[in-house]
Amino acid sequence: MSISNPGLIFLSAFIVNNILLMRYIGLCPFFGVSTSLTTAFGMSAAVLFVMLLATWVTWIIHRFILLPLDIVFLRTATFILVIAALVQFVEMFLKKNFKTLYTAMGIYLPLITTNCAILGVTLLVINYNFDLARAIIFALGTALGFGLVIILFSAIRERLEFAPIVRSLKGYPIAFISASLVALAFLGFIGFLGLSL
Amino acid sequence: MKNRVNRLKYFTDGILKENPILVIMIGLCPTLATSTTAKDALGMGIAASFVLIASNIVISLIRKFVPNSVRIPIFIIVISTFVTIVDYVMQAYAPALYRVLGVFVPLIVVNCIILGRAEAFAYHHGVFDSFLDGLGKSLGFTLVIVCMGIIREYLSTAKIFGFNIGPKFLSTNPVLFMLFPPGGFLLIGILKALVNKFINKTPE
Repeated sequence: MSISNPGLIFLSAFIVNNILLMRYIGLCPFFGVSTSLTTAFGMSAAVLFVMLLATWVTWIIHRFILLPLDIVFLRTATFILVIAALVQFVEMFLKKNFKTLYTAMGIYLPLITTNCAILGVTLLVINYNFDLARAIIFALGTALGFGLVIILFSAIRERLEFAPIVRSLKGYPIAFISASLVALAFLGFIGFLGLSL
Repeated sequence: MKNRVNRLKYFTDGILKENPILVIMIGLCPTLATSTTAKDALGMGIAASFVLIASNIVISLIRKFVPNSVRIPIFIIVISTFVTIVDYVMQAYAPALYRVLGVFVPLIVVNCIILGRAEAFAYHHGVFDSFLDGLGKSLGFTLVIVCMGIIREYLSTAKIFGFNIGPKFLSTNPVLFMLFPPGGFLLIGILKALVNKFINKTPE
C-alpha cells in the first residue's frame, strides 16, 4: 500500500481493507463475542482504546529502540510482550480511576492480549513504513472498522437466534455463512476511490 | 505411567475428535487467510506445526521451574522465539511464500491453538506426551487448512498445487468468488456444518 493521503488511509483501513472481512485478522473475538449487541459494543470500545495505545507505544519502541540498536529481529517478541503489559496496566488503571469505563469494557480487556487484530495492526504499520500520525490514523480506521462490522454482525446474529435453521447449521455454521454474505457486500468496495485490496 | 492406548489417544484426538479448527473453532484467522491456494496453506500448516510442536516440547521441559503466576508471559516468550526462527528461515529460504503469507507469519504468535495447548496440556504433562499432543493437533490443523486450500484453489483456478487438472469449463469459467474472503467464510461454514452432521452429532 503506497498511499500517503491520511483520508485515504483512514477509508482504506475502515472499509475497503476492513480488518475482519477483508484481511481476516481478529476473527476469534469476532465470532466469540458477536452474539449480542451489548457485548459487541464493549469489545469494540476496548479494542479501539487498546489499539490506539498499542500502535502509539510499539511505533515509538520500534523507531527509537529496536532500529537504533539493530535488534529488529526481536520485533515479534517485543510487541506481544508490550501489548500484554499494556493491557494489564490499562486494566489496573481503569479499575482504580474510571470505575464506569471499567465495568463497561473490563471483562473484554484480558481477551485482547491474544486478539490478533492488535498485534496485526502494530506489525502492519511497521510494514507499511507509516509515520506516527499516519500510523495512528490507520489504527483509528482499523478499530472503527472492527467495531462497525462486529456491531452490524451482532444485530444479525441476534435475529438468527430465533430463525428456524436446520439443526446442523445452528450456531457457528450459519454465522460463517452470514459473515460470507456480509463480506460479499464489503467486496463491492474494492476499487473505491482507487483503493485496492 | 500411562498405558499405550492412552498415549495414542493424545495423538489421535487432535486430528478428528478435538480438531482445533473444525471442532474447537480456534485459530481461524490463518486458516481463512492463507488457504487461497493449496501451496500457501501447506506452508502455513508446516510453519504453525513447527512452532506448536517445538513450543510444546520446550514448555513441558521447563514446566517444573516456571512459577504459576508468570507462566503466561513465559509461554509467550517461548512461542515468540520459535515464531522468530520460522520468520527468518522462511524469509531466507522461501521468500515467495513469505511475501504471500506476509503478516500472518509473525501472527502465529497469537494463534490461540499454540498458547491454548501450552496452557492446557504441555504445562501439566511430560515431554513425550506433549510432543504427541502437539503432533496430533498440528496434523489436525494442517489437514483442514490444506483441504480448504485444495478446494478453494481448485474452484477458483481449476488447479491443485499449481497442476492443471480440472475440466475445461472450470478453467474458462472459474469460481473466482472462492478466492476472495466471502468464499473462505462460506467454505468453512459448510465444512463445520458437515462436521456437526456426521462426526460431532451433538453440537453446542
